[in-house]
Amino acid sequence: MQAVKYARAGSVEEAVSLLQDGGDGARPLAGGTDVIVQARERTRDIDLFVDIKHIPEVVGISHGDDGSLTIGAATPCYQIYGDETIAANFPILVDSTSLIGGTAIQGRASLGGNLCNSSPAADGIPSLIVLEAQVEIAGPNGRRTVAVEDFCTAPGRNVLESGEFAVSLHFPAPAEGSGARFLRFIPRNEMDIAVTNAATQLRLDGDGNVTWARVSVGAVAPTPLLVSEAADAIVGQPLSEETIAAAAAASSAAAIPITDMRGSIRQRVHLAGVLTERTIRQAAERAA
Amino acid sequence: MVTAQSKPQSAETEKYNVIGTRPIRHDGVDKVTGAAQYGADLNLPGMLAGRVLRSPHAHARIVSIDTSKAEALDGVLAVITNADFPRASDEVIDTGEGTAQLNWVLDNVIASDKVLYKGHAVAAVAATDHHIAEDAIELIEVEYEVLTPVLDVRDAMVDGSPLLHESLHTGEMDGSKSDNPSNTASHLQFTKGDLDTGFADADVVIEREFETSMAHQGYIEPHNGSAYYRADGTLDIWTSTQGAFVVRDSVAPLLQLSPSQVKVTPMEIGGGFGGKIPVYLEPLAALLSQKTGRPVKLTMNREEVLLATGPTSGTYMRVRMGAKRDGTITAADVHLAFEAGAYPGSPVGAGAMCALAPYDIPNQRIDGYDVVVNKPKTAAYRAPGAPQSEFATESVLNELAEELGLDPLEMRLKNACEEGAQRADGFTYGVIGNVECLQAAQESPHWQSELEGPNRGRGIAQGFWFNIGFESSAYAQVNGDGTVPLVLGSTDIGGTRASLAMQLAETLGISAEDVRPHVVDTNSVGYTQVTGGSRTTFAGGWAAYETAMDIRRQMEERAAQIWECDAADVSYGDDAIIRGPQDEDGNDQQFTFKELAGQLVTSGGHIVGRADVNKTSSGPAFATHIVDVEVDPDTGKVDILRYTAVQDAGTAIHPAYVEGQMQGGVAQGVGMALNEEYYYDESGDLKNASLLDYRMPTALDLPMIETNIVEVPNPGHPYGVRGVGEVPIIPPAPAVRAAIANAIGVHMSELPMSPRAILDATVLDDE
Repeated sequence: MQAVKYARAGSVEEAVSLLQDGGDGARPLAGGTDVIVQARERTRDIDLFVDIKHIPEVVGISHGDDGSLTIGAATPCYQIYGDETIAANFPILVDSTSLIGGTAIQGRASLGGNLCNSSPAADGIPSLIVLEAQVEIAGPNGRRTVAVEDFCTAPGRNVLESGEFAVSLHFPAPAEGSGARFLRFIPRNEMDIAVTNAATQLRLDGDGNVTWARVSVGAVAPTPLLVSEAADAIVGQPLSEETIAAAAAASSAAAIPITDMRGSIRQRVHLAGVLTERTIRQAAERAA
Repeated sequence: MVTAQSKPQSAETEKYNVIGTRPIRHDGVDKVTGAAQYGADLNLPGMLAGRVLRSPHAHARIVSIDTSKAEALDGVLAVITNADFPRASDEVIDTGEGTAQLNWVLDNVIASDKVLYKGHAVAAVAATDHHIAEDAIELIEVEYEVLTPVLDVRDAMVDGSPLLHESLHTGEMDGSKSDNPSNTASHLQFTKGDLDTGFADADVVIEREFETSMAHQGYIEPHNGSAYYRADGTLDIWTSTQGAFVVRDSVAPLLQLSPSQVKVTPMEIGGGFGGKIPVYLEPLAALLSQKTGRPVKLTMNREEVLLATGPTSGTYMRVRMGAKRDGTITAADVHLAFEAGAYPGSPVGAGAMCALAPYDIPNQRIDGYDVVVNKPKTAAYRAPGAPQSEFATESVLNELAEELGLDPLEMRLKNACEEGAQRADGFTYGVIGNVECLQAAQESPHWQSELEGPNRGRGIAQGFWFNIGFESSAYAQVNGDGTVPLVLGSTDIGGTRASLAMQLAETLGISAEDVRPHVVDTNSVGYTQVTGGSRTTFAGGWAAYETAMDIRRQMEERAAQIWECDAADVSYGDDAIIRGPQDEDGNDQQFTFKELAGQLVTSGGHIVGRADVNKTSSGPAFATHIVDVEVDPDTGKVDILRYTAVQDAGTAIHPAYVEGQMQGGVAQGVGMALNEEYYYDESGDLKNASLLDYRMPTALDLPMIETNIVEVPNPGHPYGVRGVGEVPIIPPAPAVRAAIANAIGVHMSELPMSPRAILDATVLDDE
C-alpha cells in the first residue's frame, strides 16, 4: 500500500473543497470496503482519502411524511437492513444490503459507495434503479440530482466530476400495490460477486393487472441496465406465463455481457432471463 | 479424563484407556487464544522485509534484468536474481512427497533463463520495510521475449507443441528416453491380465473422457519464510512447513551449505494439505540474509499463493471399462494425462496406482503421462493424484451399474478387493476394510432412506489411499511429577500432537493430559519425514509407542536398582504399576508410575526414552461416500442436501479428529467437484487468483457431514492405525457426479461441475 493522506471532512462544503484541492488522486472515503482494497492493491492511484462519513447529511436514514425515503450515501448496510420502516416499505433494499459482502463488510459498506464504485455487478444498483432512486451530488458548482439509471457510464466510471461526491439517495414513496424484489445468482451461497443479478418493481391494481413496472439486470453490460422492454412486456395485463416469459426474453435480449472467470456470455444471457422471471414472480407476491 | 465430547469409545477401542477417547488437544489453548506463533508472526531485531518480483507472462525468455534502480532506492539492502545463487546441478533430491532435480527446484524458486508461468519469481529484494520493498520491485526492469504458452495437457503432448524445456525427453519405466525433446516428462504403465480377453468377456463396455481443472489446497495461512545467516556460516530458517527436514535438505544444497549448517524451526502451520512441502520463499530469504547479514522475512499474499505455489494437476483422462450382466467387471483400460505444471513431477504415478485400487479386476491397463505446461509446478494435495484418477474410474463404474440396472453399491461389493487381492502395480493387500466400508454404507440410515422431490439425486463412490510409513523420530523424558514431555519431529497439521501423545500415554498407562507434546527444530530431534501421506499418526505413532516402551524398560531397570533385584523380575504393567519381587519380609513391592518418577533424580538420574523408526509398510484405507444433491435446472446450481462419509480408520486414536479429517476431506472434495478451478485466459493469465473468485465451499455450501468410522485394525501397527487424512477427499467428486446424473439425467465430463458447466451440458447444450 502506498503512503496516503487522510482528511476528515466535517461538512459537505469542506469535503468538496478537499476533493477539489486533491485533484485526480483524491477519493471520497465512506466505508472504504472498495477503495482501501483498490489502494492497497494499487489498482487505483489514490493519494488522498477524504472521509465523508462524519458529515451528518451523508450518514443516516430519514423517512418523509409522504412515505418517501432519504438515505445518506455513506450509511452502512447494516443500518439500512436494520431499519424497520425500510424492511416494511422497501424490502428490496434489505435484499440488496444484506447480500453485499458479508456481515463484517456490511458494518461499513454503503449503498452510496456501491453506486460510486460503479461495478457492473453491483448488488445495490439494480434495486436503486427499479425504486426510481435519485442520487444527490455535491460539487464545486453546487448540488445536482441524477437518476440512478443514468449514473454509471462504464465499469468503474460514472457521472461524478472532479470535486463531486454523492451525498444522499432519495426514494419516492412506493405506490399502493407495489412490490419489489432483488435476486442475484452466485455459484455458492455466500461471499461472492454476482454472475448476474436482477431487480423488479411492479404495481398491481385491484384486478391483478400490472399497472407499472421497472426491471433492471446487472453484470450483463458495462453498467447495470434498466430494461424497459421487460417492463413493457408485463404492464397492462395480469401476469401470465406468457408475459413473464416475454419479459425474461426481453432481459436476455438486452444483455450484452462478457465471458470472464465469473460467467460466460451465454450463461449470463440465460440467467438474465431466469432472474427476471423470478424477480417478477416474487415482486408480485410482495405486491399482493 | 477431560474430553472435548463425552462420547463412548467404539467397540474396537473399549479395551484401551486413552485410545478412542476424545481429549482436548494439547495445542488447543494457544490456537484459540491467538498465542500460537505462525510463520508471519516472527519478528527479530533488525529484521528486513523481503518482496518477490513475479513474471507477468506465462512463457517467456528473460532477455535481461536490470536491478540498478531498485538497488539505488533508499532502504533497499539487497536485490537477488537466479544468477546470485550457486549453480545447481541436476542431482535428484528428496522433496518430501517425491523427488526433483536440484536445478529445477532452484529454477522454480527463482527463474533462470525462462519464466514458465504467470507469477514465476524473477527477482527478490530485502528492504528496511515492506513499503520500500514493494516500491523496489517495481523499479526492477526485466526485458522478456514472450513465447507461446502451453496451457492444456493434450496440446502439450502433441508433436510440434512449443517446448517448455528443450532438454526434457520422455522417460519410460525401463529407463529409456525419447529421441526428441518433449513436454511429456515420463510415461508409466501398469498392466495385469489381457485387455482383449477382458473386453471380449464383457456384455457392456463404456468409455468416457474427462477433463479436470487444477485445484489449490486452499490453506488459509499464506506461505512465509524467514532466515538469518550468521557470520559463522550457520543458517536459521523459520517457516510454516509440513517437513522441517525437507526444508533443510532442500535449502542447504541450493546455497551449497551442508545440512548441518542449517537449522529449520517449524512454526505453527495454518493448513498445508501437501502444499506446504516444497520450498518457495525459504531459499530467497536465506540468500537475502546472506547478502545483508540481517534476518529477512518473506511472506506471500493470497494472489501469490494462487499464482505461484503448487496446486494439484489438471488432467485429461479416458477410461474404458467392461462388465458382465451380473456386474462382474472384466476389464479396464485407463489413460491418465496429468499436468505437472512448469517442471516434471505430477502425482500421476500415485493416481495410476489408485485408479482401480478398490476392485479386483482381472484385466487392466493403466497408462500415466507426466506433462509439463505453463502453469505453476504442482505440489502434493491430499491423496495426490487419486481424486482425479478415481473420479474417472468411479464415474465409469457408476455408469456401468446404471446401464446394467444394478445397484451401484452392490456392484462394488461384487468386485471389491479383499485380503490377498493384487493391484496392477503389483501390490498385494493384507487385511483391509474395503468390504466393511461398503457394508457399513449399505446399512447406513442415509442409504436406507428414500430421496424424494424433483431434481434431486443420490450418488455413491468408493475411494482408496495408501497411507505410508517412513522415518519418524521422538523422545520423551519423565518429569518428577509423572508428566512426560514428548518431543516430536512431525509438524502438527491435523491434531497429531494429540494423536501421538495419546499413543505414548496408552503405552505408558498414563493420561493423555500428562503427556506434553512439543514440535521442535531440526537440531533437536531425529530425522522425520514430512507430515503427509497420512503417515504421521501411523509412523509417528510407532515412534511414540517405541519411545514409551523404551521408558518402560528403563523404569523397570530403575525399579530393579532401587529394589536391588534382577531387572528381569520387574515388570511394567499396562496399568502403569511397576511390580517387583517380594521383599525379604514377603511384602509385595510396587511403584506407581508417579511414585517412581518422583524417585528418578535421587536414584540415578532422569530417564529419557527415544525411538527412531523407518516403517516401509503402509495402512491401506478405503472410504465409501453417499451424497444427495438438488440441482436447480434453470441456473445449474447444485446444492448438497445430505452427505455421509464412511471410512476405515484402522483404529481411530482420537475419533473427533478422525471425523474432522473425514469432514474436511469431503469439504475439499466437494469444492473440487462443484466450483474450484484455475481459470486461465489464452495468454496463460490466471484470472481468479483470489479467494473471492477461486470458489472454495463456505460453511453455507455444505450440510453437516455425517461420519461413520469403520475400524478394521491394521495388523502392521501396534494400535492398528491406518492413517485417515487423505482418502476422504477422493469419493466426493464421483459421488456428486452420480448424484447429479441421478437428479437430472446428465453425466458430466469435467471438473468442476460448476453452474456454468451444467448449463452448458443441459439447457444451453444445443445453442
